[in-house]
Amino acid sequence: MNNRLLLFLAALLIVLPLVVVKHTEFAGADALAEEMIQQLAPNYEPWFDVFFEPPGGEVETLLFSLQAAIGAGVIGYIIGLYRGRKRNG
Amino acid sequence: MKRNAWWIVCTCLTVYVLFALSPSVYAMHIMEGFLPWHWALVWWLLFLPFFFVGLRTMTRIVKQQPEMKMLLALATAFTFVLSALKIPSVTGSSSHPTGTGLGALLFGPFVMTVIGTAVLMFQALLLAHGGLTTLGANAFSMAVIGPFVAYVSFVACQKLRISMRLSVFVAAMFANLATYVMTSIQLALAFPDATGGVWGAFLKFASIFAFTQIPLAITEGLLTVVVWNFLHTYTKQELNILQQKGASAK
Repeated sequence: MNNRLLLFLAALLIVLPLVVVKHTEFAGADALAEEMIQQLAPNYEPWFDVFFEPPGGEVETLLFSLQAAIGAGVIGYIIGLYRGRKRNG
Repeated sequence: MKRNAWWIVCTCLTVYVLFALSPSVYAMHIMEGFLPWHWALVWWLLFLPFFFVGLRTMTRIVKQQPEMKMLLALATAFTFVLSALKIPSVTGSSSHPTGTGLGALLFGPFVMTVIGTAVLMFQALLLAHGGLTTLGANAFSMAVIGPFVAYVSFVACQKLRISMRLSVFVAAMFANLATYVMTSIQLALAFPDATGGVWGAFLKFASIFAFTQIPLAITEGLLTVVVWNFLHTYTKQELNILQQKGASAK
């Protein structure tokens, strides 16, 4: 099984829900997880708060993409390095 | 190889059809302050020994085999990328892969504990995703249980003479699933159901976690095999060294 097929399958698995499942925003877990806990333990008060919270969705997106970009950059660099090494014998 | 390919495709599609209609909820790390303090403490204490062993193993690798640094960086980067991606799932909500399988197979589960914890720290401090008090619990599920399940299932697959790539796929997939099963256990222990107790709460958490997570686990398995294929082509010598080390450690 070559990489192209594997990547295609992975992409398919990600895109398929967008096509198949309607009427949803694909919300992230966080808020919903809190809801579930409050349902099971209505009197629970979070006893600790985050030090720093991104001041909005845009900044959060920025930081998440930064995380992915750094990782992808490193992977690309290393893959290139190894390929070059192999090519040069 | 052909037969394996079919096996994977069929599993993917079956799972898809099975779960395309399940109820929608979520799956992620436990938020800051959302574990009672004594549970937060318990998970911190359980997690720390793994972390220290991992730190020691990692320092040893870097000292004795500096040429492995590059692969360590690759495993770290892989986890960084994958855990930054919130991916839509068939349940109508999003969750993310963990990326811990690859590193666990390369360097053993303990090293991955350190790497996974670094990623969780980044997300807890900068993204308000997860938290410091819940870091012990989140690290125990994603950076301890995940890598160990990956490692054990890989070894089991190899014993059963399953092909290398399929073993890698299964290991990465189970690592992802196990992470979220563990998270469900942690939440259930802290918030037992009024009628069903811990078990009832576990079923509640686990069902919603698992369904969202299964397609993502498959995606993660596929992506891990992609990187593995690459490593297999270009870094034969490093992989051989790691394999010998692993064999001598047993």
